[in-house]
Amino acid sequence: MKTLADLEEIRKRTLDNLNTRKDEHATRVVVGMATCGIAAGARKVMAAFIDEVAKRNLHHVTIAQTGCIGLCRLEPIVEVTKAGEEKVTYCKVTPEIAREIVASHLVNGVVPRQYTIGHYENG
Amino acid sequence: MRELSLHILDIAQNSIAAGASLVTIDVNAEPEKDLLTISVTDDGCGMPEELAKSAADPFTTTRQSRRVGLGISLLQASAQRSEGNLTIRSAVGKGTAVSATFRLRHIDRPPMGDLAETMAALIAANPEKPDFLLKVSANGRYFSFDTREVKRRLTGVSLSEPEVLAWVRDHLHEGLKDFHGGAPI
Repeated sequence: MKTLADLEEIRKRTLDNLNTRKDEHATRVVVGMATCGIAAGARKVMAAFIDEVAKRNLHHVTIAQTGCIGLCRLEPIVEVTKAGEEKVTYCKVTPEIAREIVASHLVNGVVPRQYTIGHYENG
Repeated sequence: MRELSLHILDIAQNSIAAGASLVTIDVNAEPEKDLLTISVTDDGCGMPEELAKSAADPFTTTRQSRRVGLGISLLQASAQRSEGNLTIRSAVGKGTAVSATFRLRHIDRPPMGDLAETMAALIAANPEKPDFLLKVSANGRYFSFDTREVKRRLTGVSLSEPEVLAWVRDHLHEGLKDFHGGAPI
């Protein structure tokens, strides 16, 4: 069972590691969580990001949400911003694609173009 | 929305946009009354009476970019399909309470779905503010989860830490799994 008491252990471990990761560059993953995004499956996509980021222990990744950006037909939409790089917008993201984005873009630095909004809209 | 828990995720977004410090989510199933009540209550900016009255209208929205807002109207439609209704109480500067009722055993009532995943998504995307308090009661069983309690135990460590978020998801799934299956909610 996962109990509240486990948090004490997690806290200790995290504080011990804090010093060793000061030089990591922040990455931001933003999931569209308006009515359109939620209806299109954004929750499952968010869950996949949480899970994959935890499994890989990617401390420098923050997960956030945004409202509707006016492209409801392309939801779930996910924006990824790595420090010092341009924002990449992915559309029609599934949990599987979310995991691929983590492995390919967040970890290895290779943007999977086939899922980006530019590729989708322009072929 | 195919699940009530998705409606909850959606309605809670309004509370977040209203600048709430605490969002309380109550789910209460009463089989003897054939009644399911879901409410989302916040201490955000609230709405003037006129706006609160028309909030369930899909052509009411405060945003500038478009003239429609569907979240509350979809929940209302879902409640009405199951012979329930939706009420909004709001006071400017105090907060808003959106409450939806459903006939628990109505054939058109959507299932609760994955409430744990809804809470995890809310918490992951809003690790600092607001706090979330979940209270679920069904068939004499009760489960509650309070991010303020989690933060007290994590002093100095953010809820956004991957390991903490993983714990939140697992803890909620375990705590809520008794409410799934066997058809309680």
